Amino acid sequence: MRNFLALVGRIWEILARRVDNFLMASALAIVGVGLVTLFSASDQNMARVSSQALSLGFALVLMWIVANVAPQQLVRAAVPLYAASVLLLVAVALGGTMVNGSRRWLNLGIGRFQPSELMKIALPLMLAWYFQKREARLAFGDFIVAAVLIALPVWLIKREPDLGTALMIGASGFYVLYLAGLSWKIMLGLAAAAGAAAPLVWPHLHDYQQERILTFIDPARDPLGAGYHSAQASIALGSGGVIGKGWLNGTQTHLDFLPERHTDFIFAVFGEEFGLIGNTVLLLLYLLLIGRALMITANASTLFTRLLAGAITLMFFTYAFVNMAMVSGLLPIVGVPLPLVSYGGTALVSLFVGLGILMNVQANRKLVKT
Amino acid sequence: MRRLFVKRGRPFSALEPPELKNPERELSHFRRRLIAATALIVLGFAGLVGRFVYLQLFQHQHYQTLAESNRIAIVPIVPNRGVITDRNGVVLAQSYSAYTLEVTPSRVKNLDETIDELAKLVDIQLRDRKRFRRLLEETKNFESLPLRTRLSDEEVARFAVNRYRFPGVEIKARLFRQYPFGEIASHVIGYIGRINDRDVERIDEWDETANYKGSDYIGKVGLELSYERELHGTTGVEEVEVDAGGRAVRTLSRTAPTSGNNLRLSLDIKLQQAIEAAFGDRRGALVAIDPANGEVLAFVSKPGFDPNLFVEGIDPASWDALNDSPDKPLLNRPLRGAYPPGSTIKPFLALSALTSGKRTATQTIFDPGFFQIAGSAHRFNDDKKGGHGTVDMTKSIIVSCDTYYYMLGADSDIDVTHDFLAQFGYGGKTGIDIEGELPGVLPSRAWKRERFAGKNYREEHRKWYLGDSVSAGIGQGYNAFTPVQQAEAIATIANDGVAFRPHLVRSIENVKTGAVRDIAPELRHTVAVKPEHLAVVKNALIGVAREGTGARAFVGAQYVSAGKTGTSQLFSLKGEKYSAGHIDERLRDHAWYLAYAPAAHPRIALAVLVENGGFGAQAAAPIARAVFDYYLLGRAPAAASGEAPHPADDESD
Repeated sequence: MRNFLALVGRIWEILARRVDNFLMASALAIVGVGLVTLFSASDQNMARVSSQALSLGFALVLMWIVANVAPQQLVRAAVPLYAASVLLLVAVALGGTMVNGSRRWLNLGIGRFQPSELMKIALPLMLAWYFQKREARLAFGDFIVAAVLIALPVWLIKREPDLGTALMIGASGFYVLYLAGLSWKIMLGLAAAAGAAAPLVWPHLHDYQQERILTFIDPARDPLGAGYHSAQASIALGSGGVIGKGWLNGTQTHLDFLPERHTDFIFAVFGEEFGLIGNTVLLLLYLLLIGRALMITANASTLFTRLLAGAITLMFFTYAFVNMAMVSGLLPIVGVPLPLVSYGGTALVSLFVGLGILMNVQANRKLVKT
Repeated sequence: MRRLFVKRGRPFSALEPPELKNPERELSHFRRRLIAATALIVLGFAGLVGRFVYLQLFQHQHYQTLAESNRIAIVPIVPNRGVITDRNGVVLAQSYSAYTLEVTPSRVKNLDETIDELAKLVDIQLRDRKRFRRLLEETKNFESLPLRTRLSDEEVARFAVNRYRFPGVEIKARLFRQYPFGEIASHVIGYIGRINDRDVERIDEWDETANYKGSDYIGKVGLELSYERELHGTTGVEEVEVDAGGRAVRTLSRTAPTSGNNLRLSLDIKLQQAIEAAFGDRRGALVAIDPANGEVLAFVSKPGFDPNLFVEGIDPASWDALNDSPDKPLLNRPLRGAYPPGSTIKPFLALSALTSGKRTATQTIFDPGFFQIAGSAHRFNDDKKGGHGTVDMTKSIIVSCDTYYYMLGADSDIDVTHDFLAQFGYGGKTGIDIEGELPGVLPSRAWKRERFAGKNYREEHRKWYLGDSVSAGIGQGYNAFTPVQQAEAIATIANDGVAFRPHLVRSIENVKTGAVRDIAPELRHTVAVKPEHLAVVKNALIGVAREGTGARAFVGAQYVSAGKTGTSQLFSLKGEKYSAGHIDERLRDHAWYLAYAPAAHPRIALAVLVENGGFGAQAAAPIARAVFDYYLLGRAPAAASGEAPHPADDESD
């Protein structure tokens, strides 16, 4: 009996050895919120919740593996992973599955898979690898190379079309550049150039994208058309009030007024049913997770791990912020899911892989010292 | 170039060797960047908190209201329209519930495609499509419009299974109006139809707009129109929770509708049927009244129409057939047909003369077969060649002597005559409870002045001439009365000068409480006439039916009836001898018969008009006989005398 307990204890030790408790606890709390909300958003459809839970199990296994590999393995994986991701994106462009007018998925036989999700990890990994390699001799040309490495997947994803994800991937690349020390002058210059280019880009945007931006500027423009989703989401949040309407009691949710309510707009469901208090608690959980990730980043031992962990952390924040800002009407509608909460297996897996990388970085912070 | 990548501090020289790289400096530089990022994160989350506080705390009320109005819809529940029955409770108009396939055009992307798809599940005919198109043009887009009515159970089931494919298409239970007797009494009952802009104005005037929410139909003609507010009922309200697609999810509260009141008519549908059968293919009108209280026992306008055609909107072919027919089946003849009374006016003129003192009962004239105004060569001919000889008042009515009344007309003041006759209901509305009654024409000097007041007329047109009085003496000239007025007038004689307002509705039943409100007889007028004068005329009327112009139709009757024949000329004879056989059927004279029975204690008084029937005695009187036989003896009339009568020249009117 003692032996059995000792065995269990030993197994637990191995399992938990490289798992960061703080990160793990906050992530699972957010996932828990997600599952509870998903149950309500899918009109108490347990099948959807179990499917998400199954993805979670898979994501946790992958996270554990990533957390436990030798740090050198991550470095070595960077180039092949990036190359594979780009190839998969090309494959999507050539023969992907159409859903709702976008070609974003690859059918793998066992299920659909979104290569752009893989790129979320692959691009920061690739850039971190590149900057680590060039660490001693970093020159302006390296940033040009980096820009090309970023632009390629962004362009491929943008033409799926999936503007939201393309922007997010672009942001993840930009974060690496920023953390690698890109001059403020250049960043400001780029921002100015982007502003100046906007009128040139405008005619190239799809009608629905133009519509979304116009609607964002003036929501009353077309309340039953493009502004409908945004308006209904605001109504859901606002009518939730301070304490919310209670779990399973959101009228906006259950009477079909909310679009995409178990994916991109799941936060509106949460905010309607749990109110301002619920929203604040959820923000706090994100803040804990991101805060811990920032600490891990600050303590990372190599340039590679610093850049990688930093980019993953900032991406986490960006996803959460953009989604909640979009649902609450602060930003135009872009297709960005709420991390760890929105329904979707691929996103959940890539997020947990990101957490696994952070845990790996944390576990190896003293082992490799430059 | 290195300078480009550092944030602050002394810029590195481009020439500085890379191996002098400082890890400590690198790390602190990285950390500063991380701190800047952290600040951004905190700022971003603070912004979100601010937005949430704004939405969920400060704007909560506003959004709460929006969410409520999003989810709650007020749905009117249309009440059951009242049932119309005859005096014995036989149903003449009723509502029944049936399923309809309805389309809300604003929620359907491609109407034609949708209808084509629906046609695969449900039988949709070309005329359904046409009617739908017409409704589409008439109404607003967000209303739900019926595409197919009266679906079978199988069709309902087939659509229900496929409903998800058709957003904006629904099955609804609707109330339909049905008139089981079709053409019989169609002009009395009328019909309902879809509410149009004019009806909306009417509803607005009644201040009933809220009560008609959800109602699609309203009375258009007949009793359905005049008793609309009794029949309609009170609309109920259901508060339902709806989803984003507008479909009701559950009921929150419900106020039941109150059914409209039931109407029980004084009409006897069997009598009505018997009369319509007696008319056969002939055109005309008959109004029968209970003289003691004004109850209308029969109200016939031939030809009729099938009111069921109108309920769902009549198809153009049927409409054209009805509207363009020379028989004018849509004309409510008893109410709106004004015909010269012909000789039927004579008993009233006789009574007028007795009352004014122009004649006594026994005073006689000599009838040479014509009348001439002093100093004029024009002869007003009598119907009988050679004349009736010596004629007193009683004989003048029994044989319908024209010369007697030419003379009386010439001796009378038209205004005095007008005022006396007006007491019987002529020249004004009788007040019968169907809308649209016409007043007809009862001429007087003032009337003629008014009638020819227009600029196209000169003074000589407006003046009253002696010749006018002579023509008026035999009910020709300007006189034009409706069958309702004629029936009311003869009923007034039958009831010894006491006139009740004629009415079709006998009682009104409140379905909810079961309370029955009887329509009390309404005294319209009491004619100022002496009983002995009345007795003279009434006796003469009995004589008409016994030995006079109406006698042939009443041979062998088991009751004593009283009546007066009449023929109203359509065709100016210009002194020539009228020979009905030689002129166009539609230019023949109209035949009248006014009658009541039993003569001593009248239970029924009626006016019959047969258009282009020729002599009243021949065409109209037999119908009166059939009505009396049925009503007084309970005897079904012998096979309808449907064949057109053969006018005989020797018979006088």
